[in-house]
Order: sequence, then C-alpha cells, then structure tokens
Amino acid sequence: MDALSLARLQFAVTTVYHFFFVPLTIGLSILVAVMQTIYYRTGNELYKRMAKFWGKLFIINFALGVVTGIVQEFQFGMNWSEYARFTGDIFGAPLAIEALLAFFIESTFLGVWIFGWDRLKKGVHLASIWLVALASNISALWILIANSFMQEPVGYALKTVTLPDGSETQRVVMTDFFALLTNPNVWVQFPHVFFAGLLTAAFFMMGISGWHLWRRTKNHEFFMRSFHIGVVVAAVAGIMVALNGHSQAQHMIKSQPMKMAAAEALWDSEDPASFSIFTIGDEPGRRDVFAIRIPALLSILAYNVPDGEVKGINQLQKEYEEKYGPGDYVPPVAFTYWTFRAMVGGGVLMIVIAWFALFRVMQQRLEHTRWLLRILPYAIVLPYASNTSGWLMTEVGRQPWIVFGLQQTADAVSPNVTAEMVLLSLVLFTTIYGVLMAVDIFLLNKFAKDETQLEGGILPEPSSEPEVAVSF
Amino acid sequence: MNFDLNSLWFVLIAILFVGFFVLEGFDYGVGILLPFLGRDDRERRMIINTIGPHWDGNEVWMITAGGAIFAAFPQWYATMFSGFYLALVVMLVALIVRGVAFEFRSKHDNPRWRAVWDGAIFFGSLIPAILWGVALSNIARGVPIGGSMMFEGTFFDLVSPYSLLAGVASLLIFTLHGAIFLNLKSGGAVAERALAAAKRLWLPAILIIGGFVVWSYASTDIFTRLGVNPGIPPIVAVLAMLSIGFFIRERQMGWAFIASMVAIALSVVTVFSGLYPRVLPSSISADFSLTIYNAAASDYTLTIMSIVAILLVPVVLGYQAWSYWVFRKRIERMDHLEY
Ligand code: HDD
Ligand code: HEM
Ligand code: HEM
Repeated sequence: MDALSLARLQFAVTTVYHFFFVPLTIGLSILVAVMQTIYYRTGNELYKRMAKFWGKLFIINFALGVVTGIVQEFQFGMNWSEYARFTGDIFGAPLAIEALLAFFIESTFLGVWIFGWDRLKKGVHLASIWLVALASNISALWILIANSFMQEPVGYALKTVTLPDGSETQRVVMTDFFALLTNPNVWVQFPHVFFAGLLTAAFFMMGISGWHLWRRTKNHEFFMRSFHIGVVVAAVAGIMVALNGHSQAQHMIKSQPMKMAAAEALWDSEDPASFSIFTIGDEPGRRDVFAIRIPALLSILAYNVPDGEVKGINQLQKEYEEKYGPGDYVPPVAFTYWTFRAMVGGGVLMIVIAWFALFRVMQQRLEHTRWLLRILPYAIVLPYASNTSGWLMTEVGRQPWIVFGLQQTADAVSPNVTAEMVLLSLVLFTTIYGVLMAVDIFLLNKFAKDETQLEGGILPEPSSEPEVAVSF
Repeated sequence: MNFDLNSLWFVLIAILFVGFFVLEGFDYGVGILLPFLGRDDRERRMIINTIGPHWDGNEVWMITAGGAIFAAFPQWYATMFSGFYLALVVMLVALIVRGVAFEFRSKHDNPRWRAVWDGAIFFGSLIPAILWGVALSNIARGVPIGGSMMFEGTFFDLVSPYSLLAGVASLLIFTLHGAIFLNLKSGGAVAERALAAAKRLWLPAILIIGGFVVWSYASTDIFTRLGVNPGIPPIVAVLAMLSIGFFIRERQMGWAFIASMVAIALSVVTVFSGLYPRVLPSSISADFSLTIYNAAASDYTLTIMSIVAILLVPVVLGYQAWSYWVFRKRIERMDHLEY
C-alpha cells in the first residue's frame, strides 16, 4: 500500500478506537454526576455506592480515552501536514480552545474527584464530577466544530501565499469565527453525538445491571435502581438520537447530497424518491442488481412530504465535474450504504429493546423476563456498533474530499512521511491498541461483576498486603 | 523588538512549555524513580499516588501546547510534527502505556501484572524525558527545512552526540526535580530514599548540563544571538541549578523544589529567547527558517485566540494551583491509596 492508503488506514484505526471510549465518557459522566447529586440531596448511601461503582468503570474507560486522544492531537501534523498547512488558520483554533477550555477542566477535576472523596466538602466534591461531565461535553462540542468545518466549510476565504522559495500556494484563512460556531452542521451533529453518548452509557448500565439481576447476585436493590436509571435514559435517548438523525439526514441532502445518494445507493435522481431497504449494487456499473425500495419514503424523510427530488449519484457526479473539474467524486457506495444501515438498524433495535424493557419495568415484571436480562449484557455492543458505523459513514461518505469542496484527501497527506514510516507506526499503534482493548475489557468485566466493592460503599483496597488502615 | 500578536503567541507558547516542563518534569522524574525507590508494593503505590491526582492535568499542558502551535503557527505544527515523525511515534507509544499504567496497575493484584505496569510507568516516563531534550536541542540548532517549508531530513538527522547529550541532561534534571518532589510529598523510608537520590543526582546533573551549555555555545547560535552578556534568564537558571545542591544539603526541600522549578523554567525561556523570532530554524538556509511571521496564522485568528487565551489561562492556573493545595498532604504508608 502507498503512504496515502496507509495514513488513511491509520487515521481510521486510531480515530475509531478513540471513539470507542468517548461516548461512554460523555454519557456516563453525566449519569454518575446525577447519582451523586441524588446522594447529596437525600443522603441515601445507596446512591453514593452507585456513584462509586459506576464511577470506577467510568475511570477505567476514561484512561483509554485520554491516551488515545493524545495521538489524535498530534496526528494532523504527523500524517496530514498538507491538511494542517491548508486549513491551519481555521482548524487549529477549535483544537486549542478545546484543550484550554475542556481538557484542563476534565483532567484536573477528575483527579480531584477520584482522590477527593474524603478530603473535600461534599458540595465541592459533587461540583468536581459535574465539571468533568460538563467539560467532556464541551470538548465534544469543540471537536465537532472542527469536524463540521470539514463537512461544511464556512467563515473562510481562500488566500494565495508565497513560500520562502518563491513558489505560490493556496490556503484558507478564517474570516468569521462566529460562523464556525454557528455552522448549521454543528447544531445537527452535536445533539446526535450527545444523545448517542447517553444511549451508550444507558445500555452499558442496563447490560451490567441486567447481568446481576439475571444471576440474582446480592445487592438486588442496587442493581434494580441502576437499571431504572439506565432504562429511562435509554428510552428517551434512543428516540432523541433517531429524531436528531432525521434532521441530520435532511441537512445532509442540502450540504452533501452525494453522501446521501451514496448512503441510499440512489444511482439516478428520483422524484418522489424511494427509500432502500436492501440493495445489492453493481458499484463500477453504477446500477442495482437487486433492490427492495419503499416508494416515496426518501422524499418524506428528506422534506417531510411525499414528493421532492433527491439527486442521484450519476447526476451529482456530472454536476461536480462541471464545478470542480474532471475526477471521481463518488465515495465508496457499498461501504457508505451498509454503514448507514448498520447505524440506523442498531438504533431501531435499541429503541425496541429499551421501550420493551421499560414496559416490563412498569409492569414490575422485569425479573420474570429472564431472556431479556440474559441478552442485555450482549446488547452493550449495539451502541458501539452504531457509533462506529455512524462515523465511518460520515467520514467515508465525504470522500474524496477531506474538506468538502476545498481539499481532497489525496492532497492532504504528509509528502515527507514515507510508506515504511506509516506502516511502522500503524503496526505499533494497532498492536498496542489491541492489547489495551483486551486489558480494558478484562478490567471492566472484573469490576462490573465484583460484588465486594459494593459492600458498605467501600471499593476494595486492591493490595496483596495484610489489611491496612483505611481512612474512611 | 516590535511586540505584536505574533510575538504574544510566541510568548504564550513558551509559557505553555514552561508549565509543561515544570509540572510534567517532576512526574516524569517520579515515574523514573519508581523502580529504584519503591522497595515493596506498598511503597510503589505510595510513589504513584504522590502524582496520582496531577499527572493528567500536567500532561494537558503538552496537549495544549500542541493545539496552540497548530492554531497560532500552523506551518510550524505541520513541519515539525511530520518532520519528527518517528521520534513522535516513539513518544506517543510511551505516553500511551504510561497513562493507562497509572490507572491499571493497582486494579488487579497479581504481582506479575503489577510488575508489567511498573515497567510501563518507568519506560513511559524515561523515554519522553530523554526525547524532550533531544527535540529541544534540535529545534535550537536547526533542522533541514527546505524552501517549501518541508522537513527534508531523516530520523537520523535528529540523532547526534549533541542532541543525545541534551537528552541525558533533560533526563537528569527531570529525575532530580522528581526526587525533590517525592521527598516533599511522601513520608517515611520513601522520603528518605528520595532525599538520598536527590543528593546523588545533583552533581551529575550539574556536570552534564554544564557540558551541554558549553557545547551549545559552540554549536548553536542561541547564545551568540543573546550576546556576550546572555541576559538574566540563563544566569539565574545556572544560579538556581547550583543552589539546589545547597538547599538539599540544608534539607530545605521546599526551597530546593522552587529552585529546580526556576532552573527548568528559565532554561526553557533561554531556548525560546534565543530562537525568537524564529520558531524552527533551517539548517539549510537562514531564509528557509520558520518564523513567527511566515509560519503564523492570520491576524484575525491570532486576535480571536488571544482573547480566548487571556481569558482562560489565568483560570486554568487558578484551579490547578488549588488542586495542588487540596492534595498537599504527604502520602504515608498507612494512608488509603486510590492508585
Ligand atoms: C464527540 C466527541 C469527541 C471526538 C469526535 C473526539 N474526541 Fe477526543 N475526547 C473526547 C471527545 C471527543 C472526550 C469525551 O473529551 C475525551 C474522551 C475520553 C476522555 O478522557 O475525554 C477525549 C479525550 C481527548 C484527549 C485527551 C485529553 C486529556 O488528556 O484529558 C485529546 C488530546 C483528544 N481527545 C483529542 C481529540 C482529537 C484531536 C480528535 C479529532 C480527531 C478527537 N479527540 C475526537
Ligand atoms: C471520533 C469519531 C471519528 C471517527 C470514528 C472518524 C473516522 C474516520 C475515518 C474512518 C476516516 C477515513 C475515511 C477514509 O479514508 O475513507 C476519517 C477521515 C478523516 N477524519 Fe474522521 N472520524 C472521526 C472524527 C473526526 C474528527 C472530530 C475530525 C476532526 C476534527 C476528523 C478528521 C478526519 C480527517 C482529517 C480525515 C482524513 C484522513 C482520512 O481520510 O483518513 N475525524 N475519519
Ligand atoms: C435511529 C436512527 C438514526 C438515524 C436516522 C441517524 C442518522 C444519522 C446521519 C444522517 C448521520 C450523518 C450525518 C452527516 O454525515 O452529516 C449520522 C451520523 C452519526 N450517527 Fe446516527 N442515526 C441514527 C442512529 C444512531 C445511533 C443509534 C447512534 C449511536 C448510538 C448513532 C451515532 C452516530 C454517529 C456517532 C455519527 C457520526 C457523527 C455525526 O455525523 O453526527 N446514530 N447519523
């Protein structure tokens, strides 16, 4: 493989990996803060234990989010130096603001929270977990502001600059910072990612609590209440994710019609446009081999009315050639199509599971629905699958552009980093990430099943030594 | 000197690096000393817990410096990060295993498990402590940058006896800084051993750093640019470095810590003031050097970023200082430990 393909693969591997940990951080930080708030308000020790138990799992996850994030921060310069040169005037700002505004708060106050249980006033300690939760979400907002510039460039102008050797090149410069913040793409993307994070955390809680209820372990009340929090959040967040997803799709038809056409495998424009349930396509020939389509549904999704033209791949390709010059402007169709379906399919499944479970809870028959408790631990993979395929669709569907309409991915790669160098780093990162994933799952599994840490609200002193004084 | 936005950002980035080296410096040092000063599991846990609440907040200084370079001097970010590719990969790998090691180490009580993560903390601290010295010395001396702002060298251009000496120097000063910190933050046998380590490290640190300074006179223009009278920062840095030995002998460890902070901070200031107005000198031609002008973002972006930084940096300093105040107590053997 050439340096470009390797760099793309590396970016995909490291970023998808980073995003395994991010949604749980986003969602669970809020839920832990809520539990601790209940404890603070009512003095009920059960909620203190809850905050500690779920907080422990949160911390294990957070550590991986942090270390994989460092790679992200450096990668744009390491592998995508031409991208960094071209967009730096705009793209660096949200990254720096994210660090100053969010990462400092996150990291400092998480330390305060972990180590401060009995050193701080209760209110101050509670504030520290809320600050972590708030900062995690602020961090998501700023990185999505950066990402949205790539999806829908706004607030910029093109400028020609002269390099030291006299040659000329083009770069974008920022003309309107507030346009970046009010980029319409941000405000459909952020809520979707936010609720996806809550949904992830909710399924995580439901899965683990469900396991304990199924096994009829001790601490029945603890896991029953945890389950209640999880199921309510999942039911609401599931619906919100779908609704936001719908507005994203409507926005995408305007801002990146090619991505929508690819996500629907719509080769030719249709009015009214049909929605594909299942398509086997002939990608090079740009036609369907086999398809089941629901008439007019895509137009309804796009415009809320049963007619209206949705542009097809062939027409858009022609349009783009006229606008941007000759070239192939079609993203990998099958990939975009199937990742879109994986995300939405996962979402629909999660909504069904969450509402069914909620229904059972309200009937007070949850524990008699043993098969449901049995499958819930496995359902934890669903939000992860949806998150990953959602990003893959968003990013791959934008190809060949790295910044839509302005720069192509092929022109963005570092020219002085050779394929061998990228291969080396790719192998290193992938190996280490693989090992860490195994360790992470091992630890999460261990602590999720560990009953002893719930007794009396004290987490175990993991020490091989004889019992030492515990300062609680 | 005409103090404009570009210069302001140069100064801000220098401040971020000062914060990073002063803070993360001691927690690298603590990680390096871990296998030598912790004789049993309990002691090793004490050592890790002295930096437990702080290491991540310290590391964000580096992340922010990276982000700030990207925002304010995108061409510097692009050239340096792609140019130092392999060195950065090694550093990232070290930082990854180090970060998770703090979190994972004490969450399982198999001795082999703990030994592995202790090793990760040691190497994960040692490697960056050396690489930062190597990196700074290369920046000070200049690297092969061509006329299109691209790095034209290879990994091996960055490795030279001079830059390796710089790596050893940064390793020693961070380890010394860490030993002093550890003495201040722990009790009992660990504190005693940390003091003994600081005593032993001081002289080699002075000698190596002295050697490095002399070599820098000969092989970089940092000091020639500063003139015969190099100005206050380098002189105070040297005095602070020398006074550390005195304070250690007198067991004035608070003062020793302040002195090592000052020494590190002013060394960074010296490098940056020698660079100014360049950010990455070219060893091919002075015309090709990246400067705070040709590598910079637009005035508009710099203005926005200045407002953000001036509002936020003091707040960050405030709550980070507060967190050190909250956890000022020494860690004793019988304490409840989180990590
Ligand atoms: C929508 C959310 C989101 C997305 C798309 C990304 N991140 Fe992230 N990142 C977070 C949300 C987040 C977070 C929730 O704030 C994390 C995750 C776990 C954590 O510890 O904080 C985090 C951690 C994190 C850290 C470590 C911070 C620390 O030390 O505390 C860095 C440096 C980055 N990220 C940088 C990036 C970059 C450069 C990205 C672009 C490719 C990126 N992240 C994608
Ligand atoms: C965390 C969620 C994200 C995931 C899972 C993700 C995933 C991906 C994937 C799979 C690609 C490769 C597409 C291809 O090459 O065909 C890609 C490309 C890219 N994405 Fe993202 N992305 C995420 C967020 C972001 C964010 C927030 C940014 C910027 C702030 C970003 C910047 C880029 C860049 C620069 C590329 C071009 C490099 C490439 O094509 O591989 N991504 N992303
Ligand atoms: C249930 C119906 C859903 C619909 C209609 C939907 C729709 C969409 C659309 C249209 C996009 C692409 C936006 C763009 O590229 O501009 C997207 C992206 C994404 N989706 Fe979904 N989605 C749904 C469910 C889910 C679920 C359940 C999750 C995860 C739990 C999820 C996670 C994501 C993520 C992480 C992205 C990438 C970030 C972004 O562009 O917002 N989605 N979704």
